[in-house]
Amino acid sequence: MGGIPHDHYEPNSRGEKWLHRRLPIVGLMYDTLMIPTPKNLNWMWIWGIVLVFCLVMQIATGVLLVMHYTPHVDMAFASVEHIMRNVNGGWAIRYIHQNGASLFFIAVYLHIFRGLYYGSYKAPREVTWIIGMLIYVLMMGTAFMGYVLPWGQMSFWGATVITGLFGAIPFIGEGIQTWLLGGPAVDNATLNRFLSLHYLLPFLILGLVIVHVWAFHTTGNNNPTGVEVRRTSKAEAEKDTLPFWPYFVIKDLFALVVILVAFFAVVGFMPNFLGHPDNYIEANPLATPAHIVPEWYFLPFYAILRAFDQEVWVVIAANFLTGGIVDAKFFGVVAMFGAIVVMALAPWLDTSSVRSGRYRPMFKMWFWVFIVNFFVLMWVGARPAEGIYPYIALIGSTYWFAYFLVILPLLGVIEKPLPQPSTIEEDFNDHYGGDHGTPGSGSAAKAPTPAE
Amino acid sequence: MSHAEDPSGERRDFLYYATAGTGVVVAGAAAWPLVNSMNPSADTRAASQLRVDVSGVAEGTQLTVLFLGKPIFIRRRTADEIEAARAVALSELPDQSARNANDESADAEDINRTLSTPDGENSGEWLVMQGVCTHLGCVPIGEGAGDFGGWFCPCHGSHYDTAGRIRRGPAPENLPIPAAEFIDDSTILLG
Amino acid sequence: MFRKLAISAVAALALTSGAAHAAGGAGEVTNYDFSFEGPFGTFDQDQLQRGLQVYTEICSGCHGLQYVPLRTLSDEGGIGWTEEEVLAYIDQNFIEVYDEDLQDWRLAIPNDNFPVNDGVGAPDLSLMAKARTGFSGPYGLAINPLINGIGGPEYIASLLTHYTGEEVEQYGSFLYVNETMEGGLISMAPPLWDDAVEYADGTPATVDQMAQDVAAFLMWTAEPHMMARKQMGFLAVIVLGIFSVLLYLTNKRLWAPVKARAKGQQPAE
Repeated sequence: MGGIPHDHYEPNSRGEKWLHRRLPIVGLMYDTLMIPTPKNLNWMWIWGIVLVFCLVMQIATGVLLVMHYTPHVDMAFASVEHIMRNVNGGWAIRYIHQNGASLFFIAVYLHIFRGLYYGSYKAPREVTWIIGMLIYVLMMGTAFMGYVLPWGQMSFWGATVITGLFGAIPFIGEGIQTWLLGGPAVDNATLNRFLSLHYLLPFLILGLVIVHVWAFHTTGNNNPTGVEVRRTSKAEAEKDTLPFWPYFVIKDLFALVVILVAFFAVVGFMPNFLGHPDNYIEANPLATPAHIVPEWYFLPFYAILRAFDQEVWVVIAANFLTGGIVDAKFFGVVAMFGAIVVMALAPWLDTSSVRSGRYRPMFKMWFWVFIVNFFVLMWVGARPAEGIYPYIALIGSTYWFAYFLVILPLLGVIEKPLPQPSTIEEDFNDHYGGDHGTPGSGSAAKAPTPAE
Repeated sequence: MSHAEDPSGERRDFLYYATAGTGVVVAGAAAWPLVNSMNPSADTRAASQLRVDVSGVAEGTQLTVLFLGKPIFIRRRTADEIEAARAVALSELPDQSARNANDESADAEDINRTLSTPDGENSGEWLVMQGVCTHLGCVPIGEGAGDFGGWFCPCHGSHYDTAGRIRRGPAPENLPIPAAEFIDDSTILLG
Repeated sequence: MFRKLAISAVAALALTSGAAHAAGGAGEVTNYDFSFEGPFGTFDQDQLQRGLQVYTEICSGCHGLQYVPLRTLSDEGGIGWTEEEVLAYIDQNFIEVYDEDLQDWRLAIPNDNFPVNDGVGAPDLSLMAKARTGFSGPYGLAINPLINGIGGPEYIASLLTHYTGEEVEQYGSFLYVNETMEGGLISMAPPLWDDAVEYADGTPATVDQMAQDVAAFLMWTAEPHMMARKQMGFLAVIVLGIFSVLLYLTNKRLWAPVKARAKGQQPAE
């Protein structure tokens, strides 16, 4: 791996050398685990580990759940009840899997916000960012299809509504929708393929996660200052970094366990708080629930989907310009997917040469508005589309697009950034004591310490 | 760096060991429920016992029930069948063991294969056994079939007598007797 | 700064997510105190048995419990009967199930579920306590369910006690006015009246009492492993809490020399 100079694995024993010549897997693991990591990483750099943990936890519990689950419209709901009642600890595995999805999304949103604030998406980390966005989209697909499997009312009607989005695509939409469902409506064929894909996609995500890690191990981690690790010599690099093991592994583990305390409190004491009661009613194609609400992690995008009705001028304009091909329904779908696309394009929309938001006074303000806006959209997405709520959704959606398409490009031109520290070491020493690590004190990093 | 120069060394080692140890315990505690979920579930375990009402089984007839995925023959034998079975000398039997789950060590005497009635008396009337040929697992034909008036396996021609003991053919063992007991005058509890 | 974000995110999540509970919104719901509420609450075995009696003598006429295995009546932490009592219950109430193999009805065995009962189109009650919400809002912020719980059993007990006694005729069928039911009209006639059942333990069988008993029973049918679940939650929080303290100390010690060097001091200790 390129990037920051550091020690590499040297096989010593004959056995190690034998293996290393044939398969340098120990070396790969060593380089991954001992990767030089900027020592000033703060507590927002823990979410990656939390996400890896979530993925493993969801795969492990999911593999066990599928052993007891029956993907058939007549038996799916009952088989979930079989898991909840008869399987040893099945209720725990199911509740962990169900709430694990929520933990997964909390972590991924905070991970994304971290990236947006500290400019982790900027050169040379665009590929890391794009792959991350792909993972995020796959996560949403996986979560959506997983939610259909218990075959409750929300499962069924959520599937009906969301696959209906594809039906909004002009000309080919209906064909696509039928192809997705395997029939004219959500039915047994849909349930079976959703199980198949719900099982497949996590392994695709796992593969992308490996590529994601590979990408940022090639460029090196970003850090709260956005200043790059010095790479001219190993000695200099060592002043800016610490090996991932044990320093960051233990730190991340600590954070993970604290998060798991909260997670198990939710699973143990209020496992259905994040769920919807209607999903404890078996799917019934003849009765639609009064309000169809997606899971919380889809709500901001659901709000964007609903924001663009036929009374919004851009929708009217689009409708007019395309001769009626783009109607409000299709516009909403485009807006929803577009919201993710513009986020994925952030590396090219942000024109600022300063990476970290810490040194960008104007950006900071707009960023926090973006965060607040995200939660407002989430809230409004769960409200009925009547009264004042569509207006709030429209304002929020507009801000979402404006943030990426207008504010980020403009800020880079008009903003006057604050001075940045010249090195990571300087930032770290500033934070922990005011001694500005005198230049040329390279030997200090190698001084023996009681911990060695 | 030696510990002599580092007074906190032991404390530090202890902390590291305690953390690592707790981590192992936590991982183990998390793994066990996952493994245990693959053990038989409560409904499967509950199915490992079955109450069979035998009040309708007249002398000379047989009730077949499905238990744990296998057929169980419950036969109320006639006096002739009992007599025929008891007349056989142990030395004539290919398999000397009773194959009785209620008494693992018993020999293949007829009395060791039949079920005692609720009053504790073993009249030889009740024969309860698994209807699975000990050769390759086919279900033998009953109602006095075969050369010994008991059961006959059509797959490879094994003959069982009126006590379900193998007499001729490729099957190596007597038909196995499952754990069973009378819990009242008309109910047999299997399992 | 980002710590603030984490906190506000969790808070906002708690607020927004439960917004989902706005759906199925109920009318008037009384906030009963059930014994199983709170982190340490447990089912009251006597109450569950009374609730089962109400279900058996009244509700089961129209409603099924098709996901509840009869054998679970002898599970610990719930009704808590012996196996003989379960058999006696089946015998006395002549509980029959349809056997696919026999193609006929037969007497249930403990490993069967309670029978399906959809004869008059009444909903199955197995999961009713989790399929209804008593508390929501305000403004979709899910603060009420966070404080009071989701309120399924409260909804059930309230529904049974909030008949006004009025009837209206709609499209040729009679509907009953009920203050808890969304829309205010319900097709189920008031099912309870004082002394509709006679409790073996001598508890006075008021409508309020029976409504709460059957609601508690239905919470058990919906979540039979609730006690085990809370125990697991408690154990996990304690053990992981200890583990996190150890990790905190380990992390602190691990980083101490690094941070001490940053201070430009000789490492302490």
